[in-house]
Amino acid sequence: MAVCQALIDQLEALAASHGATRVTRVLLRVGPLSGVEPALLDSAFGLARAGTVAERAKLQIERLPVRVSCRSCGHTSKAAINRLLCGHCGDYRTRLVSGDELQLARAELEIPDAAEAAG
Amino acid sequence: MCDTCGCNITPGNEALAHERHHGHEHTAVEVLSNLLDANDHQAAHNREHFRTHGVLAVNLMSSPGAGKTALLEATIDALGGQCRIGVIEGDLETENDAARIRARGVPAVQISTGTACHLDAHMVHEAMHAHDLDALDVVFIENVGNLVCPASFDLGQHRNITLLSVTEGADKPAKYPVMFRASDLVLLTKCDLLEVLDDFDPAAALAALRALASEAPLLHTAARRAPALAGWLDWLRTELAGLRAEAPAPQRAVAE
Repeated sequence: MAVCQALIDQLEALAASHGATRVTRVLLRVGPLSGVEPALLDSAFGLARAGTVAERAKLQIERLPVRVSCRSCGHTSKAAINRLLCGHCGDYRTRLVSGDELQLARAELEIPDAAEAAG
Repeated sequence: MCDTCGCNITPGNEALAHERHHGHEHTAVEVLSNLLDANDHQAAHNREHFRTHGVLAVNLMSSPGAGKTALLEATIDALGGQCRIGVIEGDLETENDAARIRARGVPAVQISTGTACHLDAHMVHEAMHAHDLDALDVVFIENVGNLVCPASFDLGQHRNITLLSVTEGADKPAKYPVMFRASDLVLLTKCDLLEVLDDFDPAAALAALRALASEAPLLHTAARRAPALAGWLDWLRTELAGLRAEAPAPQRAVAE
């Protein structure tokens, strides 16, 4: 819920800075190592958006895979959330390349008169 | 704001609104911001504030009952006057833990989170200012007992420590990878019980931790046996010395 409130705050600020009246679509990118469960975030969003610019926004969550790069052999491989070993040589000294993201990637805004103003 | 009553019309866009008929454009905006930016920004401020005061900030996390408060009590007793300690206590309810710490003669600020299952950087910011940092060397932030949510919120600590008691399962790092992966040190607590608990295998706990690509040390401790704290106290002294070496605070006396 705290994460969801942070999302709403960012959407409110984003809408205000673009003169938008409504957010119609939101794309998040979430990796499993962020500690945030997409299904829970989705249901919390349904509550948190009430009365905000995102009241009718469609939330889309893209799940990112866990990928590690090996500091021993240099290979990059897919990994499980609790087994971040190199898929090539099995060494545990790896660096996370992707999988801990908790990112607001894109938002679709409804901006009144924007087309005419720009044209 | 809405687009039916006209409350979205400001002096800046009023002319446009009145000159033209309402039309809408859907614009996709690439953002690419971290959802917890506001928390992380506050956390960075907290970390810098602790650092400029020469105070090492340590975030203690674990499941409820793993022995965070008992470890703090034993640490306070063992360090005595060598190190000036302050504590920030996070709990859903009660001041019980803060009272236990104060009984040891150490300042403690209690944060009651109500229904929130974790501390965040804004709560810690308030508690930090309730402490006299110039009179402290180390601030321990005792997070809410929970192995899930606290892992996602940076508080502005310099080091994360997760406690794993030997009365839990040795596979806890595999079950709660987000938290254990974020730990700079894992403390195995209640190790004095190992002699009667033959189903906890410390080697399995270490293997589960290494499977998270973690190089964090796993130290054995027992809050009720002072000699079993030696490794932990050495780690703490080394970290404090490291922080001071990196950021000397010339205007304050450093306790030895």
